[in-house]
Amino acid sequence: MAKNRKVYVTESGEPVFGVIAEFATPADVYHAAEKVRDAGYTKWDVYAPFPIHGIDEAMGQKRTVLPLIAAGAAGVGVLGAILMQWWMSGVDYPIVVQGKPYAPWEPFVPITFELGVLFTAFATLIGMLALNGLPRHNHPLLKKERFLAVSDDAFAICIESTDDKFDPDQTRSMLERLGGKHIDLVEGD
Amino acid sequence: MSTLHPDEASARRLAGLATGELPTYPVAPGTGDGSLVDDPAVRAPLVLNNRSFHDITEIVCGYAEKPPGRWWLPTFMLAFTIAQLGGLFIGYLVITGIGTWGMNNAVDWAWDITNFVFWIGIGHAGTLISAILCLLKQKWRTAVNRSAEAMTIFAVICAATFPGIHIGRQWMAWFLFPIPNANAIWPNFKSPLLWDVFAVSTYGTVSALFWYMGMIPDFATLRDRADLRLRRNPEGPRVLPFLPLRTDAVRAYVYGFLALGWRFSSRHWVRYEKAYLILAGISTPLVLSVHSIVSFDFATSVMPGWHTTIFPPYFVAGAIFGGFAMVLLLLIPARELFPNMKDLITLRHIENMAKILLATGMMVGFAYGMEFFIAWYSANQYEAYLFAHVRAQGPYAWAYWTMIFCNVVSPQVFWMRWARQSVPVVFIVSFLVTIGMWFERFVIIVTSLHRAFLPGEWHMFWPTAVDIGIFVGSCGVFLTLFLLFLRFLPVFAMAEVKAVLPQASPHHHGNGHGNDHGKAGH
Repeated sequence: MAKNRKVYVTESGEPVFGVIAEFATPADVYHAAEKVRDAGYTKWDVYAPFPIHGIDEAMGQKRTVLPLIAAGAAGVGVLGAILMQWWMSGVDYPIVVQGKPYAPWEPFVPITFELGVLFTAFATLIGMLALNGLPRHNHPLLKKERFLAVSDDAFAICIESTDDKFDPDQTRSMLERLGGKHIDLVEGD
Repeated sequence: MSTLHPDEASARRLAGLATGELPTYPVAPGTGDGSLVDDPAVRAPLVLNNRSFHDITEIVCGYAEKPPGRWWLPTFMLAFTIAQLGGLFIGYLVITGIGTWGMNNAVDWAWDITNFVFWIGIGHAGTLISAILCLLKQKWRTAVNRSAEAMTIFAVICAATFPGIHIGRQWMAWFLFPIPNANAIWPNFKSPLLWDVFAVSTYGTVSALFWYMGMIPDFATLRDRADLRLRRNPEGPRVLPFLPLRTDAVRAYVYGFLALGWRFSSRHWVRYEKAYLILAGISTPLVLSVHSIVSFDFATSVMPGWHTTIFPPYFVAGAIFGGFAMVLLLLIPARELFPNMKDLITLRHIENMAKILLATGMMVGFAYGMEFFIAWYSANQYEAYLFAHVRAQGPYAWAYWTMIFCNVVSPQVFWMRWARQSVPVVFIVSFLVTIGMWFERFVIIVTSLHRAFLPGEWHMFWPTAVDIGIFVGSCGVFLTLFLLFLRFLPVFAMAEVKAVLPQASPHHHGNGHGNDHGKAGH
């Protein structure tokens, strides 16, 4: 990526995070997102109080690798459970119970399943947070008072200054054309 | 989104496309609160009274932010007192020994395991609602899933207490887990009791993760609201009059910490929804496995009345049955006591759950009948004796027939529409089912054990004050935790409820242009 990308600062010297625009309804923000995507922006985001149906397509977002992470964790859990049970009851502490073999596979099924599920669940939650870059409590957007309405009933698009196509004036006028209201600069990084 | 809104004018207003007074909500006669629409062409509204996104936020956050009604504190104090008394009984049990329970050499499992299976069964409704109904795309679940999941976790906490204290030397409970120890021994992985340890602890953990993940966006909403109030008025109310600590500052920190910095980004939402789907996908077999494994505790033994292959599905159906009864038992009073909760938990929700009670009650009834049939068909004299002479007519026959009346007979009223739609009837039946499901476990455990193979082993079981005290105490723990949940946490999944509102659809246009417009530009 462009190392010598232009760094935007405000008149007071604060770095610029991006330009934010508000939209009235899910439909408005959905259609605006399609236009922003078609304009070729990559580092931008739609903010909405709930997941808008089909917004990933409207934003041109790639499929997430989360299922692969979950599947990997499931494999680790299953394999680990089998190894643990086999080693503990077949190798380290073999003991005859009810005349059964030391390490048959059949009674190992329930715990293998449970540990597979347990590992998958942790990997899914932690993987989702990690892919999202969370926890991060100090985001520039959270400093803007108007932005906090997004957790209630507001819809917004923020185009970030690190986007290669970002231009303070053109980006702003595009958001205006798309029907964005309360267009504002977001400071911080 | 295919949800049809019955009133286009109010939809326009909610979408911000029209101004003016909110039209009064047209409640057609015969539809109860408006949610019991019979017409298959009209989708019943999931949220009543034309609530906007902001209304949902206000209602749900209000439960956590505003002081609750006057009923809350006395109820909480009563529940908390009962919970603590239960703790005292547990303390007495630990100090004195298991002999303080009414168990004996023949009936060596009694109320301890009855209560364990009872509570773990109740825990099944939450995951069923959040996982299985999610996969089945049942949108009505959004109003009840949060509280049902909370109830699940609290029930698992109550359940986990009983195996923990019934082992006799409670300070050795860590031996249940494969932890390296000075004796260089490992647990017996061929025992269903150990499977149970893994199943219940996995279930509790995964349910808690699922519950927490669902709450992250709602915590963020509570955080932002507290933050906004604090910015506008830094001199807001204090936690206590003499403390220099603002209530909203505490909220912003605590909810903010729990929200993990969630900022409602759609790129995040997409991964979040994927994670939700994965968790729902793995929780579905998990919820079915847990009570199956609990039933293995019995089914893999050779006791008459326990050694049957029908146990896993029978236990799972019973768990869902008992769990939904408990959900109704908690939510029916809650929707009366909390303002505006009836707009979110409609009569349709109650009716749907009553239908589930009827269906699972029939499954349980079928299992009861099948037990008798197999006892005869297997030609096993011990099995036949147990069912014909012990359960139905023995000294515990009163318990058996209580169970049959509560679990099989009482839900039959739900064949009638008026009964499903009558809140008092649903409440009474749920109460009966909860009692019946406790008796089911009591009947299974005690009647089998009190008539073992040798008549010399035959022994009655009667509970002692410690038995009763610990069980009642567990109810107190459950209620205490649920009341705290109602007071401090987001009781509804706000983001999910908002997403099923008609105006949430990106293709919802008040100005009448086409539905396929949203896909243009691909």
